[in-house]
Amino acid sequence: MIEIENITKRYGESTVVDDVSLTIAPRTVTVVVGTSGSGKTTLLRMVNRLVEPTSGAIRLDGEDNRSLPGYELRRRIGYAIQGHGLFPHRTVAENIATVPTLLGWERARIDAKVEELLSLFQLDPAAFGPRFPHELSGGQQQRVGVARALAAEPKVLLMDEPFGALDPIIRAKAQDDLLAIQKHFQTTIILVTHDMEEAFHLADRIAVMDKGKVVQYATPTEMLLKPATPFVESLIGAGERPYRLLAIAPVSSAVEPGHAEGVAISSAASQREALAELLWSGRDALPVADPDGAVIGKVSLEGLAKRAAGPT
Amino acid sequence: MPKLATLIRVAVFLLLVAFLLQPHWFEPLLRPLVQDNAPVIYNQGSLLQLTFLHLRTVALAVAAAALVALALAILVTRASGAEFLPLSRSLVNIGQTFPPVAVLALAVPIFGFGEKPTLIALFLYGLLPIFENALTGLTTLPPSVMEAARGAGMTGGQRLLKVELPLAMPVILAGIRLSVVISLATATIGSTVAAKTLGEVIIAGLQSNNLSFVVQGGLIVATLAVLLHDGLQAAERRLAARMGR
Repeated sequence: MIEIENITKRYGESTVVDDVSLTIAPRTVTVVVGTSGSGKTTLLRMVNRLVEPTSGAIRLDGEDNRSLPGYELRRRIGYAIQGHGLFPHRTVAENIATVPTLLGWERARIDAKVEELLSLFQLDPAAFGPRFPHELSGGQQQRVGVARALAAEPKVLLMDEPFGALDPIIRAKAQDDLLAIQKHFQTTIILVTHDMEEAFHLADRIAVMDKGKVVQYATPTEMLLKPATPFVESLIGAGERPYRLLAIAPVSSAVEPGHAEGVAISSAASQREALAELLWSGRDALPVADPDGAVIGKVSLEGLAKRAAGPT
Repeated sequence: MPKLATLIRVAVFLLLVAFLLQPHWFEPLLRPLVQDNAPVIYNQGSLLQLTFLHLRTVALAVAAAALVALALAILVTRASGAEFLPLSRSLVNIGQTFPPVAVLALAVPIFGFGEKPTLIALFLYGLLPIFENALTGLTTLPPSVMEAARGAGMTGGQRLLKVELPLAMPVILAGIRLSVVISLATATIGSTVAAKTLGEVIIAGLQSNNLSFVVQGGLIVATLAVLLHDGLQAAERRLAARMGR
């Protein structure tokens, strides 16, 4: 649990973060979105005290984050940034071992952790461990950056536009990987981005920031149905609302009894994918299969249309 | 053609060693430079020994300059030492603008004749390139890497030793290389105040109108400078290549 309480940061006359309070539940993904200059990165950096707040407090599991020296606090909190920030003079394995080494772990434990993380991120430890960062592709560097942030098994992971430098295809894959990793380690993630698509894809809750204030803090569905301010509405994009609504719900929650012809869609896919498939193939309904492949019903154009409708 | 370049370097090195060990082998080559009956090969001391002393003087001066310049550069790039930057810059600049000959002239009355005034002159002269390069290296580190180092929980000292210095090392080495080359050449004037350097050979040649002596001294110094320059540059390249630059 992360409790951010009346946090304010001023630089001289300008207030960058203005009296922000958020409570973040453990083992969830919270995405902070906002335009550049909204104070979202500053807010994130106050959690691990790369920036010291002017006033207010942040508590991690009830403990004030100022009860430890800053560097010790940061060893306990994962931190991944845009452009990965890998140490160019150290191998991939040494990069991942950064925080465990600082914490004084035994060699064998560090090696085992590095190997586990590389495998988890689909990088062969024997092949990638001894390489230097510049010998990796952008997507691989980004994965090593996240692996490094997770190496000391932090309960909290802070991410500042971690996928900003990736091309769209690799980015989508990196986002899916992140969700899988988050489930695996049960990490609490706070992620900052300006990409609404990314926010809706990843978030359990979204905090929208504007001019240093949090203007809405809600689940993606709530935010779509009841945007708190015109700013939130414009950020979501009026034309995108029905699709976003379908995108954040799985097909499994839209299954209707009945039979349909054709190739089945997985119940784990999003409703938006189902809609796209229906429109593209010109059909009214698709069969739905559970992850084992058994057909459990159908999803129809009519049913999805109802689900995509906003409040009246 | 990196192979050919290496071959040439090895050949030059072997020639230098041969000349220092058996200078009389080269007598026929240098003979046309002297008048009848004048000695062709330097005969007032061992060229090999002078070369060692020359190199030792340079090594001591550059090592001291590197230590001081690096310490200053580290100090002024810390948040707590930033205010000393202009002062440090002025100090090392004075060291560079003051002609070594003038330093020698001022140092001799205090320290007497011999190696000391030369060491002081070379030390002052060598500060600037090392300091400026170290400063450049330490202030142009990639911001995302520095951010990651802080975010990972490194203390100030750990960031300096594990990230900043290793990353700045190729640039710092380039500064040391410049200092070494400058000092190799400048050390020769130390012999005007009785320091044992290769300058002795050149000065002896000038005094007795013996062109062969001048050429010998000059060529040994020049060859040393070229070889050391190349060697240090290769080390820089190796370091930089490891980091993908």
